[in-house]
Amino acid sequence: MAESILALTESRQSRGSSTHLREHRADAPVDLPTRSRVVVEGLTALFGATAAVKNVSMTLLDRRVTAIIGPSGCGKSTFLRCLNRMHETVGTASVRGKVLLDGHDIYGQKTNPAAVRRHVGMVFQRPTPFPTMSIRENVAAGLRVARHDDAVRGTVEEIVEKALRRASLWDEVKDRLDTSAVGMSGGQQQRLCIARALATEPDVLLLDEPTASLDPLSTQKVEELVWELRADIAVVIVTHNMQQAARVSDFTAFFLHGEMVEFSPTAEIFTNPLDPRTEAYITGRFG
Amino acid sequence: MSQSTPPGRSDEAQSLPQPFDHGIEAAALRGGAIVDRVYDAAITFFALCVPLLLLLLIFEVGKAGWPAFQKFGIGFLFSSEWDPVNLKFGAAPAIFGTIVSSIIALILATPLALGVAIYVAEFAPPWLRQPVGFLVDLLAAIPSVVYGLWGVFVLVPVLREHVMPFLRDTLHLGGTPLFSGPAYGPSMLAAGVVLAIMVLPYISSVAREVLLAVPRSQREAALALGATRWEAIRGAVLPFAKSGIIGGIILGLGRALGETMAVTMVIGNRHELAASLFAPGYTIASLIANEFAEASNEMHLSALMAVGFVLFAITLLVNAVARWLVWQTASQARSAK
Repeated sequence: MAESILALTESRQSRGSSTHLREHRADAPVDLPTRSRVVVEGLTALFGATAAVKNVSMTLLDRRVTAIIGPSGCGKSTFLRCLNRMHETVGTASVRGKVLLDGHDIYGQKTNPAAVRRHVGMVFQRPTPFPTMSIRENVAAGLRVARHDDAVRGTVEEIVEKALRRASLWDEVKDRLDTSAVGMSGGQQQRLCIARALATEPDVLLLDEPTASLDPLSTQKVEELVWELRADIAVVIVTHNMQQAARVSDFTAFFLHGEMVEFSPTAEIFTNPLDPRTEAYITGRFG
Repeated sequence: MSQSTPPGRSDEAQSLPQPFDHGIEAAALRGGAIVDRVYDAAITFFALCVPLLLLLLIFEVGKAGWPAFQKFGIGFLFSSEWDPVNLKFGAAPAIFGTIVSSIIALILATPLALGVAIYVAEFAPPWLRQPVGFLVDLLAAIPSVVYGLWGVFVLVPVLREHVMPFLRDTLHLGGTPLFSGPAYGPSMLAAGVVLAIMVLPYISSVAREVLLAVPRSQREAALALGATRWEAIRGAVLPFAKSGIIGGIILGLGRALGETMAVTMVIGNRHELAASLFAPGYTIASLIANEFAEASNEMHLSALMAVGFVLFAITLLVNAVARWLVWQTASQARSAK
């Protein structure tokens, strides 16, 4: 059963649309040096008294892409939002357990959530450009608040260009940087949001179903981008789409009812899942 | 047989079974049309009533004020001589007072109202949100004459004994024309302060609703970039809400321009153009309220109607500017020029 899914993704990749990605992936230095970047220990996330994420422990590696899959309501987005302290911004939400970023507990007593978020960037399911700002101002929005003290940073101009290039949006918008971001297509808006998140040079990038509202072409661009980001930073991507997880990630975690059922290298989880529930999910028997 | 009917065609139609035994009755498709038409007419009538009433009002006030406009010409707007005994009427002090007292009110009320709105919408713990919002809204329910009494017995003495001496002597602002002259108490400043309290609930409740309507995703986007709560509000929430907030401020301005009773009680009612906020003044609304009952002369009445017309025009102008501002900021946000 599980083999058939992988066969499916393989055949999708060899046919047409994903060819470029596959080539790129083949070229990528798979053995980039890595180390543990984020260590999650016994994380439980609550809304009031209801636990949306239950006692999850995992390690996220630098220069690797980790995908989180699972059916709707399994807690995968909530888990993601715990990694940059966004979860607690919702009324009754609270968190138990530890999240260590390079060994420092981001839920520690003296930790400033805003400072955590400057190191752990996030892109949401729906594009969220600031409608009153131009494209340029959108990309630079995070710079105004992040790392004021960093003297090594280039001028805003250079940073904006670099971020837009990394998000492979530069060629499309370089002639209209001062126009409103609302005039862009959905796919462009999402890449703008990625550029905005990259401009502050985060060490970890969290993507919460970044392609859920995009067309296939934009989706492909975002996926290529995720793979390129892998050269520099740790990326965590929550996705509904198992093929997407198979295409872009090194590791995959499967969530169900708030629990992490399985966390393995992507190739293994799709070919040889350890848990029968994982196998049921990836072969499409539920969710 | 007509030419247009192809041969054999009518025969075929004839031979088809007629559906009347089990088809839809013609009457089933009719009916209700008259009800609809009556309803349409009634609704249109009611809808037109309001603008018609407005036009009629403008026309009547304009007609009644016409003799004064005719006699004094443009000087009616710019002369500051208002002498009912000698039938000399110039409305400049009242027009000036109306605008200045409203501007003072906005200057004082806007930051306070925005502060309340931002606190209630963004910072207040849920259990405090309702009570604070409700109490601020309640300010709008207090009768104007009560504000006036409070102004006469509390505000004016406080201004005279403490605030005015403080501004003039302690802060040494007495040298500037705005804060010079003797502190009588009843003054433009007193009117502005009372108006500020009266328009505050309008501005703050509109601003609060507008802030609450800003999508959560905008706040989260800013927070996720490492913004603090305040930075997220200043950078993402307030710009998004700007046009609505401006609308709320203009609504407050509209209220301030027309307020009568409370202003009449604290402004001092003097026909004089004075730069100092400590000096008494007049507003159009209080002028009409004070003199209308005693105006026995035709020209005096006409002059009062004419200032009423001017007030009407100012209010209309303010609203037009407001619409334009709101439209401008909204389209700025939308358009990709």
